[in-house]
Amino acid sequence: MKGYNFAYLDEQTKRMIRRTLLKAVAIPGHQVPFGSREMPLPYGWGTGGIQVTAAILGATDVLKVIDQGADDTTNAVSIRRFFARTAGVATTTATADATVIQTRHRIPEKQLREDQIIVYQVPQPEPLFRLEPSRVETKRMHGLADYGLMHVKLYEDVSRFGQISISYDYPVMVNERYLMSPSPIPAFDNPKMDMMPALQLFGAGREKRIYAIPPWTRVKSLDFDDHPFRTINAPHPCGLCGATDSYLDEVVTDDKGGRLYVCSDTDHCAERRAAGHVGTDGFQAAAE
Amino acid sequence: MTPGFADPVADAQSCFRAVLEAMSRPGRVQSVRGVTAPAPLCDAAAAVLLTLVDHETPLWLDPAAEAARPWIAFHTGAPTDGASFAMALSLPDLDTLPTGTDEMPETSATVILQVTSLTTGPAYILDGPGLREPATLHVTGLPGDFASIWQRNHALFPRGIDLILCAGNTLTALPRSVSVKEA
Repeated sequence: MKGYNFAYLDEQTKRMIRRTLLKAVAIPGHQVPFGSREMPLPYGWGTGGIQVTAAILGATDVLKVIDQGADDTTNAVSIRRFFARTAGVATTTATADATVIQTRHRIPEKQLREDQIIVYQVPQPEPLFRLEPSRVETKRMHGLADYGLMHVKLYEDVSRFGQISISYDYPVMVNERYLMSPSPIPAFDNPKMDMMPALQLFGAGREKRIYAIPPWTRVKSLDFDDHPFRTINAPHPCGLCGATDSYLDEVVTDDKGGRLYVCSDTDHCAERRAAGHVGTDGFQAAAE
Repeated sequence: MTPGFADPVADAQSCFRAVLEAMSRPGRVQSVRGVTAPAPLCDAAAAVLLTLVDHETPLWLDPAAEAARPWIAFHTGAPTDGASFAMALSLPDLDTLPTGTDEMPETSATVILQVTSLTTGPAYILDGPGLREPATLHVTGLPGDFASIWQRNHALFPRGIDLILCAGNTLTALPRSVSVKEA
Protein backbone atom coordinates (compact mmCIF):
# COMPACT_ATOMS: atom_id res chain seq x y z
CA MET A 1 0.00 0.00 0.00
CA LYS A 2 1.34 3.42 -0.91
CA GLY A 3 2.13 5.90 1.86
CA TYR A 4 2.94 3.29 4.48
CA ASN A 5 5.99 1.30 5.38
CA PHE A 6 5.58 -2.47 5.14
CA ALA A 7 3.23 -3.57 7.97
CA TYR A 8 2.44 0.04 8.92
CA LEU A 9 5.13 0.65 11.58
CA ASP A 10 8.33 2.51 10.71
CA GLU A 11 11.61 0.59 10.88
CA GLN A 12 12.83 2.44 13.97
CA THR A 13 9.73 1.37 15.91
CA LYS A 14 10.05 -2.20 14.66
CA ARG A 15 13.67 -2.37 15.84
CA MET A 16 12.62 -1.17 19.28
CA ILE A 17 9.83 -3.76 19.49
CA ARG A 18 12.12 -6.48 18.14
CA ARG A 19 14.73 -5.78 20.82
CA THR A 20 11.95 -5.92 23.42
CA LEU A 21 10.70 -9.24 22.04
CA LEU A 22 14.16 -10.81 22.26
CA LYS A 23 14.49 -9.75 25.92
CA ALA A 24 10.99 -11.07 26.61
CA VAL A 25 11.88 -14.47 25.13
CA ALA A 26 15.13 -14.59 27.11
CA ILE A 27 13.26 -13.91 30.39
CA PRO A 28 10.10 -16.07 30.06
CA GLY A 29 7.07 -14.47 31.72
CA HIS A 30 8.76 -11.17 32.60
CA GLN A 31 6.95 -8.01 31.46
CA VAL A 32 9.34 -5.87 29.42
CA PRO A 33 8.36 -2.18 28.99
CA PHE A 34 8.35 -0.84 25.43
CA GLY A 35 7.56 2.40 23.64
CA SER A 36 4.03 1.56 22.58
CA ARG A 37 2.93 3.67 19.60
CA GLU A 38 -0.41 5.21 18.84
CA MET A 39 -2.15 2.94 16.34
CA PRO A 40 -5.03 3.67 13.98
CA LEU A 41 -7.48 2.00 16.35
CA PRO A 42 -8.32 2.65 20.00
CA TYR A 43 -6.67 1.07 23.01
CA GLY A 44 -8.52 -2.08 23.95
CA TRP A 45 -8.86 -3.18 20.34
CA GLY A 46 -5.57 -5.00 20.21
CA THR A 47 -2.98 -2.24 19.78
CA GLY A 48 -0.38 -4.29 21.66
CA GLY A 49 -1.01 -7.42 19.63
CA ILE A 50 -0.96 -5.44 16.38
CA GLN A 51 2.40 -3.86 17.17
CA VAL A 52 3.92 -7.25 17.98
CA THR A 53 2.46 -8.75 14.81
CA ALA A 54 3.74 -5.81 12.72
CA ALA A 55 7.24 -6.25 14.12
CA ILE A 56 7.49 -9.97 13.32
CA LEU A 57 5.45 -10.19 10.10
CA GLY A 58 7.21 -10.94 6.80
CA ALA A 59 5.97 -11.06 3.22
CA THR A 60 5.75 -14.86 3.24
CA ASP A 61 3.76 -15.13 6.47
CA VAL A 62 0.15 -16.26 6.50
CA LEU A 63 -1.89 -14.41 9.11
CA LYS A 64 -4.91 -15.60 11.06
CA VAL A 65 -6.71 -13.32 13.52
CA ILE A 66 -9.30 -14.52 16.02
CA ASP A 67 -11.47 -12.67 18.49
CA GLN A 68 -12.80 -14.93 21.27
CA GLY A 69 -12.17 -17.86 18.95
CA ALA A 70 -14.08 -16.41 16.01
CA ASP A 71 -12.56 -15.40 12.66
CA ASP A 72 -15.60 -13.40 11.60
CA THR A 73 -16.13 -10.78 14.31
CA THR A 74 -15.44 -7.07 13.80
CA ASN A 75 -12.11 -7.00 15.62
CA ALA A 76 -10.73 -10.06 13.83
CA VAL A 77 -11.91 -8.95 10.39
CA SER A 78 -10.54 -5.41 10.87
CA ILE A 79 -7.08 -6.52 11.99
CA ARG A 80 -6.83 -9.14 9.25
CA ARG A 81 -7.79 -6.53 6.66
CA PHE A 82 -5.37 -4.02 8.20
CA PHE A 83 -2.40 -6.32 7.58
CA ALA A 84 -3.67 -7.49 4.22
CA ARG A 85 -3.64 -3.82 3.15
CA THR A 86 -0.52 -2.50 4.87
CA ALA A 87 1.69 -5.59 4.49
CA GLY A 88 0.04 -7.40 1.60
CA VAL A 89 0.35 -10.70 3.47
CA ALA A 90 -1.86 -13.69 2.81
CA THR A 91 -4.58 -14.22 5.41
CA THR A 92 -6.48 -17.33 6.37
CA THR A 93 -9.08 -18.54 8.80
CA ALA A 94 -7.68 -22.08 8.92
CA THR A 95 -5.52 -22.61 12.01
CA ALA A 96 -3.34 -25.19 10.25
CA ASP A 97 -2.49 -22.83 7.36
CA ALA A 98 -1.38 -19.87 9.48
CA THR A 99 2.22 -19.04 10.41
CA VAL A 100 1.25 -16.13 12.67
CA ILE A 101 -1.97 -16.19 14.71
CA GLN A 102 -3.06 -13.04 16.52
CA THR A 103 -5.66 -13.76 19.15
CA ARG A 104 -7.95 -12.00 21.52
CA HIS A 105 -8.88 -14.15 24.52
CA ARG A 106 -8.68 -17.69 23.09
CA ILE A 107 -6.17 -20.33 22.03
CA PRO A 108 -7.27 -22.37 18.99
CA GLU A 109 -8.50 -25.89 19.75
CA LYS A 110 -6.12 -27.39 17.21
CA GLN A 111 -2.65 -28.05 18.65
CA LEU A 112 -0.20 -25.42 17.36
CA ARG A 113 3.06 -26.41 15.67
CA GLU A 114 6.73 -25.43 16.01
CA ASP A 115 6.58 -23.27 12.87
CA GLN A 116 3.75 -21.12 14.19
CA ILE A 117 3.77 -18.03 16.42
CA ILE A 118 0.76 -17.00 18.49
CA VAL A 119 0.38 -13.32 19.46
CA TYR A 120 -1.98 -12.50 22.33
CA GLN A 121 -3.73 -9.17 22.79
CA VAL A 122 -3.39 -8.24 26.45
CA PRO A 123 -5.51 -5.60 28.22
CA GLN A 124 -3.79 -5.85 31.63
CA PRO A 125 -0.37 -7.56 31.76
CA GLU A 126 0.06 -7.29 35.53
CA PRO A 127 -1.43 -10.40 37.24
CA LEU A 128 -1.23 -8.70 40.65
CA PHE A 129 -2.99 -5.46 39.70
CA ARG A 130 -6.26 -6.20 41.50
CA LEU A 131 -4.35 -7.06 44.66
CA GLU A 132 -1.67 -4.36 44.64
CA PRO A 133 -2.38 -1.12 42.75
CA SER A 134 1.19 0.20 42.88
CA ARG A 135 3.40 -0.63 39.91
CA VAL A 136 6.46 0.06 42.04
CA GLU A 137 5.33 -2.59 44.52
CA THR A 138 4.38 -5.23 41.95
CA LYS A 139 7.71 -4.76 40.17
CA ARG A 140 9.45 -5.40 43.46
CA MET A 141 7.30 -8.48 44.05
CA HIS A 142 8.26 -9.87 40.63
CA GLY A 143 11.91 -9.07 41.33
CA LEU A 144 11.77 -11.03 44.58
CA ALA A 145 9.41 -13.72 43.20
CA ASP A 146 7.20 -12.81 46.16
CA TYR A 147 3.79 -14.08 45.12
CA GLY A 148 2.26 -14.75 48.55
CA LEU A 149 -0.45 -12.18 47.82
CA MET A 150 -1.83 -14.23 44.93
CA HIS A 151 -1.79 -17.43 46.99
CA VAL A 152 -3.74 -15.64 49.72
CA LYS A 153 -6.31 -14.52 47.14
CA LEU A 154 -6.69 -18.12 45.91
CA TYR A 155 -6.93 -19.34 49.52
CA GLU A 156 -9.65 -16.79 50.29
CA ASP A 157 -11.55 -18.06 47.25
CA VAL A 158 -11.34 -21.60 48.57
CA SER A 159 -12.43 -20.61 52.07
CA ARG A 160 -15.36 -18.52 50.79
CA PHE A 161 -16.60 -20.53 47.82
CA GLY A 162 -15.04 -23.93 48.38
CA GLN A 163 -13.10 -23.59 45.13
CA ILE A 164 -10.86 -21.21 43.22
CA SER A 165 -13.38 -18.92 41.53
CA ILE A 166 -11.33 -17.60 38.61
CA SER A 167 -12.77 -18.63 35.26
CA TYR A 168 -10.60 -16.53 32.91
CA ASP A 169 -7.24 -14.74 33.10
CA TYR A 170 -6.24 -17.54 35.49
CA PRO A 171 -2.71 -16.74 36.81
CA VAL A 172 0.16 -19.00 35.79
CA MET A 173 3.78 -19.53 36.82
CA VAL A 174 6.15 -19.53 33.85
CA ASN A 175 9.29 -21.65 34.02
CA GLU A 176 8.86 -21.80 37.83
CA ARG A 177 9.90 -18.15 38.17
CA TYR A 178 7.47 -15.47 36.99
CA LEU A 179 3.81 -15.07 37.84
CA MET A 180 2.11 -14.15 34.58
CA SER A 181 -1.28 -13.15 33.28
CA PRO A 182 -2.24 -15.45 30.40
CA SER A 183 -4.47 -12.58 29.08
CA PRO A 184 -8.22 -13.09 29.53
CA ILE A 185 -8.32 -16.54 27.93
CA PRO A 186 -10.69 -18.97 29.67
CA ALA A 187 -9.01 -21.19 32.27
CA PHE A 188 -10.09 -23.96 29.88
CA ASP A 189 -7.22 -22.87 27.59
CA ASN A 190 -4.52 -22.68 30.28
CA PRO A 191 -3.28 -26.27 29.87
CA LYS A 192 -2.59 -25.56 26.17
CA MET A 193 0.10 -23.04 27.15
CA ASP A 194 2.15 -25.65 28.99
CA MET A 195 4.92 -27.09 26.77
CA MET A 196 3.34 -25.56 23.66
CA PRO A 197 5.46 -26.22 20.54
CA ALA A 198 4.75 -22.70 19.22
CA LEU A 199 6.30 -19.45 20.43
CA GLN A 200 3.83 -17.34 22.47
CA LEU A 201 4.13 -13.54 22.43
CA PHE A 202 2.00 -11.11 24.46
CA GLY A 203 1.47 -7.42 23.66
CA ALA A 204 -0.24 -4.86 25.90
CA GLY A 205 -0.51 -1.55 24.01
CA ARG A 206 -2.07 0.75 26.59
CA GLU A 207 0.03 -0.69 29.42
CA LYS A 208 3.15 -0.67 27.20
CA ARG A 209 4.39 -4.12 28.11
CA ILE A 210 5.53 -7.11 26.08
CA TYR A 211 6.16 -10.59 27.44
CA ALA A 212 6.68 -14.05 26.01
CA ILE A 213 6.77 -17.78 26.60
CA PRO A 214 9.34 -19.67 24.52
CA PRO A 215 8.27 -23.01 23.01
CA TRP A 216 8.47 -26.09 25.26
CA THR A 217 8.34 -24.09 28.47
CA ARG A 218 6.60 -25.12 31.68
CA VAL A 219 3.49 -23.08 32.37
CA LYS A 220 1.70 -24.05 35.57
CA SER A 221 -1.69 -22.74 36.63
CA LEU A 222 -1.53 -21.77 40.32
CA ASP A 223 -3.33 -24.12 42.68
CA PHE A 224 -3.06 -26.00 45.98
CA ASP A 225 -2.28 -29.68 46.55
CA ASP A 226 -5.76 -30.26 47.99
CA HIS A 227 -7.45 -27.95 45.44
CA PRO A 228 -5.75 -28.83 42.17
CA PHE A 229 -6.33 -26.68 39.09
CA ARG A 230 -9.11 -28.06 36.90
CA THR A 231 -10.83 -26.76 33.82
CA ILE A 232 -14.58 -26.44 33.70
CA ASN A 233 -16.32 -27.86 30.68
CA ALA A 234 -19.87 -26.84 29.84
CA PRO A 235 -22.03 -29.98 30.28
CA HIS A 236 -23.20 -29.87 26.66
CA PRO A 237 -21.93 -30.90 23.26
CA CYS A 238 -21.63 -28.23 20.54
CA GLY A 239 -25.07 -27.74 18.97
CA LEU A 240 -23.65 -27.45 15.46
CA CYS A 241 -20.82 -29.99 15.31
CA GLY A 242 -21.41 -32.15 18.37
CA ALA A 243 -17.92 -31.62 19.80
CA THR A 244 -17.69 -32.46 23.50
CA ASP A 245 -14.08 -31.38 24.05
CA SER A 246 -14.14 -27.77 22.83
CA TYR A 247 -14.82 -24.48 24.60
CA LEU A 248 -18.45 -23.43 24.08
CA ASP A 249 -20.23 -20.10 23.73
CA GLU A 250 -23.78 -19.82 25.03
CA VAL A 251 -26.10 -18.17 22.52
CA VAL A 252 -29.55 -16.98 23.63
CA THR A 253 -31.94 -17.89 20.84
CA ASP A 254 -35.33 -16.59 22.06
CA ASP A 255 -37.05 -15.00 25.05
CA LYS A 256 -38.36 -18.33 26.38
CA GLY A 257 -35.08 -19.61 27.80
CA GLY A 258 -33.86 -21.11 24.53
CA ARG A 259 -30.10 -21.67 24.43
CA LEU A 260 -27.68 -22.85 21.80
CA TYR A 261 -24.18 -23.97 22.79
CA VAL A 262 -21.64 -23.67 19.99
CA CYS A 263 -17.88 -23.99 19.66
CA SER A 264 -16.19 -20.65 20.34
CA ASP A 265 -13.45 -21.66 17.87
CA THR A 266 -15.30 -21.13 14.58
CA ASP A 267 -12.59 -22.72 12.44
CA HIS A 268 -12.59 -25.85 14.61
CA CYS A 269 -16.38 -26.08 14.38
CA ALA A 270 -16.50 -25.47 10.60
CA GLU A 271 -13.79 -28.06 10.04
CA ARG A 272 -15.69 -30.64 12.05
CA ARG A 273 -18.95 -29.93 10.23
CA ALA A 274 -17.15 -30.16 6.88
CA ALA A 275 -15.92 -33.58 8.02
CA GLY A 276 -19.53 -34.68 8.55
CA HIS A 277 -19.99 -34.16 12.31
CA VAL A 278 -23.46 -32.86 13.12
CA GLY A 279 -24.77 -31.67 16.48
CA THR A 280 -28.38 -31.76 17.70
CA ASP A 281 -29.09 -28.27 16.33
CA GLY A 282 -26.92 -28.73 13.26
CA PHE A 283 -29.50 -29.34 10.56
CA GLN A 284 -31.79 -26.67 11.88
CA ALA A 285 -29.00 -24.12 11.87
CA ALA A 286 -27.98 -25.07 8.36
CA ALA A 287 -31.52 -24.71 7.06
CA GLU A 288 -32.03 -21.20 8.42
CA MET B 1 32.39 1.34 2.36
CA THR B 2 30.04 -1.54 1.64
CA PRO B 3 26.29 -0.89 1.67
CA GLY B 4 23.84 -2.13 4.32
CA PHE B 5 20.97 -4.49 3.60
CA ALA B 6 20.10 -4.87 -0.08
CA ASP B 7 16.42 -4.68 0.87
CA PRO B 8 16.38 -2.92 4.27
CA VAL B 9 12.80 -3.77 5.27
CA ALA B 10 12.60 -7.40 4.14
CA ASP B 11 16.18 -8.34 5.04
CA ALA B 12 15.92 -6.86 8.54
CA GLN B 13 12.65 -8.71 9.06
CA SER B 14 14.09 -12.02 7.90
CA CYS B 15 17.23 -11.55 10.02
CA PHE B 16 15.09 -10.67 13.04
CA ARG B 17 13.00 -13.81 12.62
CA ALA B 18 16.24 -15.83 12.46
CA VAL B 19 17.41 -14.27 15.74
CA LEU B 20 13.96 -14.69 17.33
CA GLU B 21 13.91 -18.34 16.29
CA ALA B 22 17.43 -18.84 17.64
CA MET B 23 16.54 -17.13 20.94
CA SER B 24 13.32 -19.20 21.22
CA ARG B 25 15.01 -22.51 20.41
CA PRO B 26 18.53 -22.07 21.78
CA GLY B 27 21.28 -23.68 19.77
CA ARG B 28 19.26 -24.14 16.59
CA VAL B 29 21.41 -22.71 13.79
CA GLN B 30 19.76 -20.16 11.47
CA SER B 31 21.05 -18.47 8.34
CA VAL B 32 20.79 -14.84 7.24
CA ARG B 33 21.05 -13.01 3.92
CA GLY B 34 21.23 -9.61 2.33
CA VAL B 35 24.46 -7.99 3.50
CA THR B 36 28.16 -7.98 2.63
CA ALA B 37 30.00 -7.46 5.89
CA PRO B 38 32.93 -5.08 6.38
CA ALA B 39 36.16 -6.74 7.52
CA PRO B 40 36.69 -8.21 10.04
CA LEU B 41 32.97 -8.93 10.70
CA CYS B 42 31.13 -11.93 9.29
CA ASP B 43 27.90 -11.47 7.32
CA ALA B 44 25.69 -12.74 10.17
CA ALA B 45 27.22 -10.36 12.74
CA ALA B 46 26.80 -7.41 10.36
CA ALA B 47 23.19 -8.40 9.66
CA VAL B 48 22.39 -8.64 13.38
CA LEU B 49 23.90 -5.17 13.96
CA LEU B 50 21.80 -3.67 11.15
CA THR B 51 18.68 -5.43 12.46
CA LEU B 52 18.89 -4.57 16.17
CA VAL B 53 21.26 -1.67 16.76
CA ASP B 54 20.48 2.02 16.20
CA HIS B 55 20.91 5.42 17.81
CA GLU B 56 18.98 4.27 20.91
CA THR B 57 21.35 1.43 21.77
CA PRO B 58 24.91 2.10 22.92
CA LEU B 59 27.31 -0.40 21.36
CA TRP B 60 30.62 -1.62 22.76
CA LEU B 61 32.90 -2.60 19.91
CA ASP B 62 35.76 -5.05 20.37
CA PRO B 63 39.04 -3.14 19.71
CA ALA B 64 39.99 -6.03 17.40
CA ALA B 65 37.04 -5.06 15.19
CA GLU B 66 38.04 -1.39 15.02
CA ALA B 67 38.28 -1.55 11.22
CA ALA B 68 34.48 -2.00 11.05
CA ARG B 69 33.74 1.06 13.20
CA PRO B 70 33.11 3.53 10.34
CA TRP B 71 30.69 1.07 8.70
CA ILE B 72 28.81 0.49 11.96
CA ALA B 73 28.72 4.21 12.79
CA PHE B 74 27.41 5.08 9.32
CA HIS B 75 24.74 2.39 9.08
CA THR B 76 23.49 2.26 12.68
CA GLY B 77 24.45 5.58 14.30
CA ALA B 78 24.91 3.71 17.58
CA PRO B 79 26.48 5.74 20.41
CA THR B 80 29.54 4.32 22.12
CA ASP B 81 28.90 5.46 25.70
CA GLY B 82 27.62 2.20 27.15
CA ALA B 83 26.78 -1.36 26.19
CA SER B 84 23.21 -2.31 25.37
CA PHE B 85 24.96 -4.44 22.80
CA ALA B 86 28.53 -5.64 22.56
CA MET B 87 30.08 -6.69 19.26
CA ALA B 88 32.96 -9.02 20.05
CA LEU B 89 35.41 -11.20 18.16
CA SER B 90 36.37 -13.09 21.34
CA LEU B 91 34.25 -13.55 24.46
CA PRO B 92 34.60 -10.41 26.59
CA ASP B 93 34.73 -10.54 30.39
CA LEU B 94 31.01 -10.83 31.15
CA ASP B 95 31.54 -9.24 34.59
CA THR B 96 32.32 -5.92 32.90
CA LEU B 97 28.96 -5.79 31.08
CA PRO B 98 25.61 -4.72 32.54
CA THR B 99 23.53 -7.69 33.72
CA GLY B 100 20.39 -5.73 34.62
CA THR B 101 18.67 -5.60 38.00
CA ASP B 102 16.24 -8.02 39.65
CA GLU B 103 13.40 -5.60 38.96
CA MET B 104 14.57 -4.68 35.45
CA PRO B 105 16.54 -7.66 34.13
CA GLU B 106 15.89 -6.43 30.57
CA THR B 107 18.47 -3.66 31.02
CA SER B 108 21.30 -6.18 30.57
CA ALA B 109 23.64 -6.31 27.57
CA THR B 110 23.28 -8.57 24.55
CA VAL B 111 26.63 -9.86 23.28
CA ILE B 112 27.01 -10.52 19.57
CA LEU B 113 29.97 -12.88 19.44
CA GLN B 114 31.67 -13.82 16.21
CA VAL B 115 33.02 -17.37 16.26
CA THR B 116 34.69 -19.59 13.66
CA SER B 117 32.02 -22.26 13.25
CA LEU B 118 28.63 -23.33 14.59
CA THR B 119 28.80 -26.83 13.14
CA THR B 120 32.23 -28.13 14.19
CA GLY B 121 34.28 -27.99 17.36
CA PRO B 122 33.63 -28.80 21.01
CA ALA B 123 30.08 -29.93 21.80
CA TYR B 124 27.93 -28.27 24.43
CA ILE B 125 24.72 -29.66 25.91
CA LEU B 126 21.99 -27.02 26.24
CA ASP B 127 18.88 -27.27 28.38
CA GLY B 128 16.12 -24.88 29.41
CA PRO B 129 13.07 -23.05 28.06
CA GLY B 130 12.67 -23.48 24.31
CA LEU B 131 14.10 -26.99 24.35
CA ARG B 132 11.85 -30.03 24.52
CA GLU B 133 14.88 -32.12 25.40
CA PRO B 134 18.55 -31.18 25.86
CA ALA B 135 20.15 -30.11 22.57
CA THR B 136 23.74 -30.32 21.35
CA LEU B 137 25.58 -27.35 19.86
CA HIS B 138 29.06 -27.46 18.33
CA VAL B 139 31.03 -24.23 18.43
CA THR B 140 34.60 -23.44 17.38
CA GLY B 141 35.84 -20.21 18.88
CA LEU B 142 34.63 -20.17 22.50
CA PRO B 143 37.09 -20.07 25.42
CA GLY B 144 38.00 -23.46 26.96
CA ASP B 145 36.17 -22.70 30.21
CA PHE B 146 33.05 -21.36 28.48
CA ALA B 147 30.67 -23.79 30.21
CA SER B 148 31.69 -22.57 33.67
CA ILE B 149 31.64 -18.89 32.57
CA TRP B 150 28.12 -19.41 31.21
CA GLN B 151 26.90 -21.25 34.31
CA ARG B 152 27.88 -18.20 36.40
CA ASN B 153 25.86 -16.02 34.01
CA HIS B 154 22.92 -18.46 33.98
CA ALA B 155 22.91 -18.53 37.80
CA LEU B 156 22.13 -14.79 37.85
CA PHE B 157 18.70 -15.43 36.25
CA PRO B 158 16.54 -13.40 35.74
CA ARG B 159 19.55 -11.10 35.38
CA GLY B 160 22.27 -12.01 32.92
CA ILE B 161 23.75 -11.58 29.45
CA ASP B 162 22.13 -12.94 26.29
CA LEU B 163 24.52 -14.22 23.64
CA ILE B 164 24.08 -14.26 19.87
CA LEU B 165 26.72 -16.44 18.21
CA CYS B 166 27.59 -15.66 14.57
CA ALA B 167 29.76 -17.55 12.10
CA GLY B 168 29.80 -16.82 8.38
CA ASN B 169 26.16 -16.32 7.40
CA THR B 170 24.83 -18.48 10.23
CA LEU B 171 23.82 -17.60 13.76
CA THR B 172 22.34 -19.07 16.90
CA ALA B 173 21.61 -17.72 20.37
CA LEU B 174 22.04 -18.57 24.04
CA PRO B 175 19.52 -16.67 26.18
CA ARG B 176 20.38 -16.33 29.88
CA SER B 177 17.63 -18.86 30.67
CA VAL B 178 19.53 -21.76 29.08
CA SER B 179 22.07 -23.90 30.92
CA VAL B 180 25.25 -25.12 29.20
CA LYS B 181 27.31 -28.23 29.98
CA GLU B 182 30.36 -29.61 28.20
CA ALA B 183 29.44 -32.78 26.37
